[in-house]
Amino acid sequence: MSLAVSVRDLTRRFGDFTAVDRVTFDVEEGEIFGFLGPNGAGKTTTIRMLIGLLAPSSGTGAVAGFDVLTETEAIKHSIGYMSQLFSLYADLTVDENVQFFAGLYGVRGERLKRRRREVLEMAGLAEHGRRITGDLPLGWKQRLALGTAVLHEPPLLFLDEPTSGVDPISRRAFWDLIYGLAAGGTTVFVSTHYMEEAEYCHRLALMNRGRIIALDRPAALRETMTEPLLCITAEHGPAIAQALQGAPLVLEAAMFGRDVHVMVEDAAAAREYLPALLEGKGLPIRAIEEIRPSLEDVFVALVHREGGAVLG
Amino acid sequence: MRSGLSFTRLLAVARKEAIHFLRDRRSLGLAFGLPAAMVLAFGWIISFDIRFIPMAVFDQDRTQASRSLVDAFTASSYFVVTDRLERYGDAEPLLNRGAVRLVLVIPPRFQARLSSGGPAPVQALVDGGDANTAIIAMTYARGIVAAYSTRALLGARRVAPRVGAETRIWYNERLKSSHMIVPGLIAVVMMIIAALLTSLTVAREWDRGTMEQLAATPVHPAEVIVGKLLPYLVVGLIDVLVIGFIGDAVFRVPFRGNFLFFIGASFFFLIGSLSLGILISAAVRSQMLAVQVAMISTFLPSLLLSGFMFDIANMPKVLQAISLVVPARYFITAVRGIMLKGVGPDVLWPHGLGMILFGTVGLALAVRAFRKELR
Repeated sequence: MSLAVSVRDLTRRFGDFTAVDRVTFDVEEGEIFGFLGPNGAGKTTTIRMLIGLLAPSSGTGAVAGFDVLTETEAIKHSIGYMSQLFSLYADLTVDENVQFFAGLYGVRGERLKRRRREVLEMAGLAEHGRRITGDLPLGWKQRLALGTAVLHEPPLLFLDEPTSGVDPISRRAFWDLIYGLAAGGTTVFVSTHYMEEAEYCHRLALMNRGRIIALDRPAALRETMTEPLLCITAEHGPAIAQALQGAPLVLEAAMFGRDVHVMVEDAAAAREYLPALLEGKGLPIRAIEEIRPSLEDVFVALVHREGGAVLG
Repeated sequence: MRSGLSFTRLLAVARKEAIHFLRDRRSLGLAFGLPAAMVLAFGWIISFDIRFIPMAVFDQDRTQASRSLVDAFTASSYFVVTDRLERYGDAEPLLNRGAVRLVLVIPPRFQARLSSGGPAPVQALVDGGDANTAIIAMTYARGIVAAYSTRALLGARRVAPRVGAETRIWYNERLKSSHMIVPGLIAVVMMIIAALLTSLTVAREWDRGTMEQLAATPVHPAEVIVGKLLPYLVVGLIDVLVIGFIGDAVFRVPFRGNFLFFIGASFFFLIGSLSLGILISAAVRSQMLAVQVAMISTFLPSLLLSGFMFDIANMPKVLQAISLVVPARYFITAVRGIMLKGVGPDVLWPHGLGMILFGTVGLALAVRAFRKELR
C-alpha cells in the first residue's frame, strides 16, 4: 500500500508560539484519515502545510508523492481542498463558481459538462445552478464547496472542519458524501472537533496543543482507556465536575453535554462513595452508572495521562 | 506535470473578475459615472478661465477720457464694475471684504495729461489674497490699459506705429482651459480606475477569505494578476473613449494627432497604472488600507504633480524632482501633444517608450508582489 501523505517532525512556529510541534504520521491511499482536536490544537496549520499554503518551519514530508517544501505547486494539481471558512465567491452563482474552479484546474469541454452535472447532483444543487451562492443555506454552501474541491477528480482530498456550524442532519448527509468519495478510491484527510464524526474515520490522530497525542483506529483508541468511567446525571453538572477534581478515587472529571463523566480508580467503590460525598456538599445526583468510553473520554484521558490541559 | 502558464486559467480569472465588477453597483458607478462627472466638473465649474471679475472705480477726473478707459474694462467682459467710489478710503474695505478684486484709481487731470502727450498714470489696486486670480486680473488690466493707451496715442497723433508685435497663440488659439484639461483628465481618470478599482481586487480576496481557496489551486500569480487586470483594461479604454467623446462633443477639444498612437499610449499607461493598483492591493492585503495607499500614492500625484493642474516649471525644485517619477506627467504631455499639436511618434517616442516601460515594469512588480502563501 503506498502512502498519500507521509510527514516527519513537521513543525510550524509563529514567533515564539509553536502551532504545530514535530508531528509525524502516514496516511495510506484510500483511507479516511481524521484529525481530531479542540480549536487551536494545530489541525488547520498542519493541513495548510500539507497543501502548500504555509511553509513549514522545520521537518520533511511528501503529499501525493511531492515534497511539501519544494514541490507545493505540483501538490496543488493533485489535491482538492475545502477550507474551514466558506471561501467560494458569494456574489457568483453556483454555476459560475463551478466554472471558475473548473477553469483553474483545467477541466474543460466534455469533461467539464460531465463533471459539472455529477458534482451538482452530488451536492444536491442540480436545480440551483443559477442561484447566487451567498444566498444558499450554510449546509448547501458546504456541499457546493466539497463539489468544487473534487471537480478535477483529485486522488487526495483535504477537508478542514468541513461541517463546522452545520446542523446534525446536514452533517450526517455530508459524511455520506465523504464515504461515497472514499468508496470511489479518493483518500480523504479530514479534520474535525466533533467527536462523533471522528468515529466515522478509518484512522484517527488526536491532536492537542500542536502535538499528536495518539494515532490509531477509533476502536483501538477506545481500548487504550483501561480506567473505569462513570456518568453522573444531576442538576448542577458544572459544580459537581468542580467538586470532584482531586476527590478520593477520582482521576478526572469533565462535563459531557449536561452530564459529568468521571474517570475513577475503582468503579464499584466510587459508585458507593461519590453520591454520599456529593450529597454532603449539597449537590444531590439523579443517577450514577458505569459507561463505555467515547472518543472524547479517550481524548480527555490521554491529555490527563500526559499531565496537560485540553486547550479550547 | 504542467508548469507553464495556462490561458484557460487566465480566462477563468478574468471572467470571474468581470462578473464581480458587473454585479457591484459601486464599482460600476466609480468606473463610468465618476470619469464623466469629473470631465464635466473640471470642464465647466473649475474652469481656469476667469471672467467677470468684480471691480470698483474711483474716477477723480470724470472726463470723456476717463469714462472711455472704464468702458474699455467693462467691454472686455473680464471685468464688471460693481462699485463707484467717492473717496480713496472706500477702496480698502471693499477689497478686504472680497467684494471686488481690483480697484481702478484714475487721478485728476487724466484727460489733460493725455492730450498734452505726457504720461498719464492710473493706479490698479489688486486683492493679492488669491494670488492666482490677482495675477490674472493684473495681466488683463495691463493689457486693457496698454490697448487703450495705444488707441489714445494713435488718436492724438494719427500715425501708425512702425513696429507692432502681433501675438498668435498656437495649438490652443482661444486659450481655452478645457483644451488643456480634457487631455490631462484622461490620465487622471485612469489613475482613479487604478487606484480605486484594482486596489480592491486582491485585497478583497484576503478580506473575504476567498484567497485561501484560490491559493490552494494550481493557478500561477501571473495568471491571477493579468486575469484581474483584463476587465479593468477594457473599462479603462472605454473611459478614455468616453472622455474623448465628451471633450469633442461638449468642449470642442480638437483631436489633431494619430488615433492609433493615442490608443497605444493609453493602453500601456493603463497597464502600468492598473498594475500599480494591484501591486498595492497585493502588498497591504486589506481593502481599506489599499484604497488609502492608492489614493495617496497614485491618484494625488497624478492630480497635483503631473502638470495637470499646476505647471511643473513653476513648482519648487523638490516637487519638480518628484514629478519626474510620476508616470502621469509623461502621459499628459504625450496626450496633449497628440490631441492639440497633432504630433506623432516621431516627436513623442520617448514618452511612448516611457509608457511601455511603466506598463511592463508595473506588471512585473505586481506579479512578483502576489504571494500564494498565507502569513
